Amino acid sequence: MPAVDLPLRTRVAALAGRAIADASRWVGAGEGSVIGGRVTLAIDQRALELMAAGHQSVVISGTNGKTTTTRLLAAALASRGPVSTNSAGANLIPGLVSTLFRGRAGAAVALEVDEGHLAEAIAAVHPTAVVLLNLSRDQLDRFGEVRRHAADWRLALAASPDTVAVANADDPLVTWAAGACDPSDDAVSPDGVHMNGGARRCGVTWVGTGQRWRADASACPNCGSRIRWDDDRSERGGVHWTCSSCALARPRPDAWLEGSDLVLADGRRLNVRLQLPGRVNVSNAAMAVAGAMALGVDPGRAVRGMSRVRAVAGRYQVLNVEGARVRLLLAKNPAGWAEALDLIRPPPTPVVIGINAGVADGRDPSWLWDVPFERLRGRVVVATGERGRDLAVRLRYAEVRHTYEADYRKAVTAAAAGVMGRQPEIDFVANYTSFQDARRALSSKVRGGPPAVRAGNA
Amino acid sequence: MPERVAIALLYPELLGTYGDGGNAAVLAQRLRWRNIAAEIVDVHAGEPIPRSCQIYVMGGGEDAPQALAARELRSGSILADAVDGGAAVLAVCAGLQVLGQRFAGEDGKTHDGLGLLDCETHRDDGPRRVGEVVVTPEPELGLSELTGYENHGGVTTLGPTATPLGKVVVGNGNAGGDGTEGIVNGRVVGTYLHGPVLARNPELADHLLTSVLGPLEPLDDPEVESLRKERLHAARHPHMHMPQLRSGWRRLLRGS
Repeated sequence: MPAVDLPLRTRVAALAGRAIADASRWVGAGEGSVIGGRVTLAIDQRALELMAAGHQSVVISGTNGKTTTTRLLAAALASRGPVSTNSAGANLIPGLVSTLFRGRAGAAVALEVDEGHLAEAIAAVHPTAVVLLNLSRDQLDRFGEVRRHAADWRLALAASPDTVAVANADDPLVTWAAGACDPSDDAVSPDGVHMNGGARRCGVTWVGTGQRWRADASACPNCGSRIRWDDDRSERGGVHWTCSSCALARPRPDAWLEGSDLVLADGRRLNVRLQLPGRVNVSNAAMAVAGAMALGVDPGRAVRGMSRVRAVAGRYQVLNVEGARVRLLLAKNPAGWAEALDLIRPPPTPVVIGINAGVADGRDPSWLWDVPFERLRGRVVVATGERGRDLAVRLRYAEVRHTYEADYRKAVTAAAAGVMGRQPEIDFVANYTSFQDARRALSSKVRGGPPAVRAGNA
Repeated sequence: MPERVAIALLYPELLGTYGDGGNAAVLAQRLRWRNIAAEIVDVHAGEPIPRSCQIYVMGGGEDAPQALAARELRSGSILADAVDGGAAVLAVCAGLQVLGQRFAGEDGKTHDGLGLLDCETHRDDGPRRVGEVVVTPEPELGLSELTGYENHGGVTTLGPTATPLGKVVVGNGNAGGDGTEGIVNGRVVGTYLHGPVLARNPELADHLLTSVLGPLEPLDDPEVESLRKERLHAARHPHMHMPQLRSGWRRLLRGS
């Protein structure tokens, strides 16, 4: 509940938004977080800023891993006290508003924010900390320029001097954006003006995540020259990189990963044990620990809190479909697929892949050709989803044995058909809206969907 | 015919935003399926362009990387020499613009192109041209309808002697007001179509291959045919292919 010392207008706006959200939920039109947030904003444009003011807060953004990292970070904060978080995935401004009008007074706030709306969110929330995960191509039709996001982030951070950044040192775009919080950064802004010169800056916690995806940062975000990756020089959890012409370079991490150990600059070493699979989630956890520390949580306690997280909004969930055990994985873009291909169990585990090209996915699935599907040779693959035919052609050229099946349940049955044994294990990988369609189609319990999740992110 | 056909993929890290690297994969695979050895040579920025490739492929990219790619290409005349020596070039989107006489960056600055294609690209204040495209190719190319996806802010005008790749049926293409899409100069083909274009249009892939290697035996492409049918239909009837809308109706009818 919003604090009592809010202006009357904001309190009325919050109450009205909540009432609408509850009504929307009651009639079964979804979570109601988007419509509720919109109502609140219509009554009081400054509602987000005013409601956020009394809270310790952290916002999390990036192309991949933001939902999982937010969940892990919220679990870490919950080890200390109450937390408000947008767990339904409503990560645009109305979704943030509705998270806050449901939040308890004094609760810490952990908000996942769409990368295209982070600047706006920072300007309104003035968060204690912002966790910047990564930036890569996603939704090709909507956002022509990844770099533009980085530039927007940078300007927003420069205008929010009380915010600490927690940034992935292995992503040049993120590094450049977070530089706005770094007192030693003297790079220039895109329009050639020195940013925030001499002003107070809260600083950056650099995290060496060991991110391997480089393809979207070949030109320096600061000057446009080439980024050089020095594969022979690995330090503090990642490969060193520098711009071939300006001063932008991999900063020296304050926390970094060595295997599944998170090492802190003061020598502490924490074993990150998760129930979530894969190296990518260890990286997400490293970012989340650093984010929790920025809000004053003891890192050991943070790690213990995270170890309880099992599935995140259906990701890694195992569903029983006609006797087959189907594990759901989300991969939305080439960077996400690079990690997903490591998560998929080895052959002969069959794989079903669902591809949509809805608004929230990006209408152009050309990125399928940047995924090394050749790695799926030697097993059965079933292509499905609204753009399953694009995938089928891609698989044909990759020489992966495959079939196409429009229906999700039939796709699973077809994948299971070739497997010996009673309870075949299947990995189902899908992109954003296909993942939600799959959850709806395959899970008898949630049939009918949670439509609000889809609407919230779209 | 050379013992092994080499396909150069130019600057995939700069001109690889829209999956156009797939064009090189399609060319190579269509040769291998005909028992012709093929290899893809990735050429990264800062490396010299190999002279001995039979086909050079360039894709689309964002503005800063595009300008960087143009700088790299202008530092030598290897691409022009290769074309004189019989090589073919496929240049998509930003690649097309770079091969023209001049192109404008997002900042409004004009950059020199390579001049392999007689066209120039400027920017207007309109929104980016984004969406499905259908093109009727120039009749002398002997190709079926082309399908692809465009996403560009540039407006390309063709020089007086230039030949377009075709006429736009759905979408914008060159967007210069003359209804043309792409530009062809002998073995150099420029287009705005992503998809990647050769994955969706195998006849164009084979056209490029035969332009350097001579006649090739046909291949069976049933899966590509299904995809083409779906995409051509989607481009002409966009309202029937709006998944959000459709599932919205489904949800409404089901009452959930």
